[in-house]
Amino acid sequence: MDFDELYQEIILDHSKRPRNSGVLPPPATRGSGFNPACGDEVTVFVLQSPEGKIETISFQAQACAICTASTSLMTLQVKGTTSEQALAIQRHFIDFLTKDGPSDGLGHLRALAGVKKFPQRLKCATLGWHALETALKAGG
Amino acid sequence: MLAERFRADFPILDQTVNGHPLVYLDNAASTQRPASVINEINRYYREDHANVHRGLHALSTRATTLYENARQRVADYLNAEQAECIIFTRGTTESINLVASSWAGNELRAGDGILLTEMEHHANLIPWQIVAKKVGAKLHFLPVTGDQGKIDWSQLDSILTSHPIRIVALTHISNSLGRINPVTEVCRIARKHGAVTLVDAAQSAGHMPLDVKAIDCDFLAFSGHKCCGPTGIGVLYGRKSLLDTMTPYQTGGEMIVSVTFEGAEWKPPPHRFEAGTPHIAGAIGLATALDYLERVGRSAIQENDHYFGQVAAARLREIPNLRVFGPEGDRAGIASFQLGNIHAHDLVAFADQKGIALRGGHHCNQPLIRKLGLRATARASFYLYNTESELDRLIEVLHAASKYFGD
Repeated sequence: MDFDELYQEIILDHSKRPRNSGVLPPPATRGSGFNPACGDEVTVFVLQSPEGKIETISFQAQACAICTASTSLMTLQVKGTTSEQALAIQRHFIDFLTKDGPSDGLGHLRALAGVKKFPQRLKCATLGWHALETALKAGG
Repeated sequence: MLAERFRADFPILDQTVNGHPLVYLDNAASTQRPASVINEINRYYREDHANVHRGLHALSTRATTLYENARQRVADYLNAEQAECIIFTRGTTESINLVASSWAGNELRAGDGILLTEMEHHANLIPWQIVAKKVGAKLHFLPVTGDQGKIDWSQLDSILTSHPIRIVALTHISNSLGRINPVTEVCRIARKHGAVTLVDAAQSAGHMPLDVKAIDCDFLAFSGHKCCGPTGIGVLYGRKSLLDTMTPYQTGGEMIVSVTFEGAEWKPPPHRFEAGTPHIAGAIGLATALDYLERVGRSAIQENDHYFGQVAAARLREIPNLRVFGPEGDRAGIASFQLGNIHAHDLVAFADQKGIALRGGHHCNQPLIRKLGLRATARASFYLYNTESELDRLIEVLHAASKYFGD
C-alpha cells in the first residue's frame, strides 16, 4: 500500500525518536527552513572543524513525521562530511525525489522514496535539507 | 438528518477515494455543489452567454437579465434593502479588500483605530494591516483566550470608548474554532460609538438565516464556493449611503458613465465597483445555489450543522489524548483538534488513505493557532449532506491513527 510506503517503519521511528535533536550554541552556525503552507519550522545547527568537516550537527523541528524523519536521517548521513560533500548529498537526495535520480549511496534516506507518490509532501521531505544549506553557507 | 433527503443532489459525493467511499469533511474550506448549480452553469454557457450591459443583441440581453436577477436574488437572500447594495466580487477576500481600499483607504486618518478579533481569517486581517500602515491607523484586537476560544465581549464598549475606533470588522463564525460571534450585538454597540461595521460571513452565509437589516451591519462579505455556489464569485453587501461615497476599487470597462482622455465619471454603485467583464456564470450559479439552500431550508441547515458540531466535538473528546478547540456548548459544524503528538499533516494524510477529506494546517489563522501553542491543527467540517455513519467513520479512523503513529 502506498501509504505504508510513505510512512515506513524507519520514518515512524525517526519521527518519534529523532536523532541529533537539540540546539548547538555558537560558534555553531544555524539555518532555518519554514513551510508557509503548514507553519512547519526546522532549524539545523552545524559545527564545522577547522578543516571544514561537519563535526557536530543537530536540529530542532516543529514539523510532521516526514519532515522530522528526513531531517533526522540527514544528520546521520552528513555528519563527518565536508560542506561540499554534504551539499552533493543534498542534491543527490533531492534529485532522487524529484527527478527519479539514482538511489545508490543514499542509505536509509531511500526510505523516503514514498514521497515521490505524494508530491504535496515533497516540501516536508526537503525542508531540513534547505535549512542545512543555509547553516553551511552561514559558516562561509 | 438532512442527508437522507438531500445527499443524492450532490453527484461528486458518490465516489471512492483510495478504495473507500468518500467522506467529505472539508466543507469549511469549500462545499460541494448540487446538480442544479452545475446544470444551470452548463445551461447558461450552452444557451445564453454573451457579455453583459453593453450588447444590444438577444444573448447579451438575456445574460444581462440573468446577471442582474442574480444580484436581486442575493439581495433577497440577505434581506438587503435593494439590489444596488450587492457587489459581485471574486470572494470574501476581495470583498474585504474592496472595503479596506475604497472605504478605509479614503476615510481613515492617522491615529484612527481599526478593531478586529484575534480569531480573524487572514483575509480579514492582512487588508487592515496594509491600510493601517498606509494611513497611519492603529490595529486593535479583542483577545481570544483558551482552547475554547472565548472573547470577552464586555470589553467592547470600553475599547470603543477609550480609542477612536472607526471600523469594527469581525467574523460571524470562526473557521477554525466553530465559534459563533454575536454580530448583531457587536454592530449595535459599534454603531452607538459611530464606528462602521463589517461582518465576514464566509462561514455563515450558507449555513444559517442571514439578515443584514436585523444584523444592521454596514458591510457583509461572503464567498459562493462555501455555500454550494461556484468558485471565483463572492459578494460584498454594503449600506447604500456608504457605497455612494466610496471611490472605485478597480477601474476600467463597465464602471464608467463617460470617459475623456483626461478623466472619467463613474457609474453609481454597484457597477462602480465591478470593473471589467464580471463572472457572469458565477453569479448565475450562485443565485441557483441560494435557491437550493432556501429549498433545503436555512434554519434546517443551521440545526443540522449545530447538531454535527456538538456531537462531533463530544465524540472527539472521548478519544484519548485528543484536544478539541472551540466552544463546549453551541457551535457551528466545525471541529478543529490535535490528536496526541501527531502532526496535522500526518493525520490528514492517514485519513485521506481511508477516503476521509480533512483539512490540516493553520486554516489561515496563523496568529491564533500560534497563540494556542500550535503550528497546525486538523479540522473536520460538516454540511447538509454529511451522515452519522460518516462521523462514525471519522472517529474510527482517528483511533486507528492513534495506534499507527503512537509510541
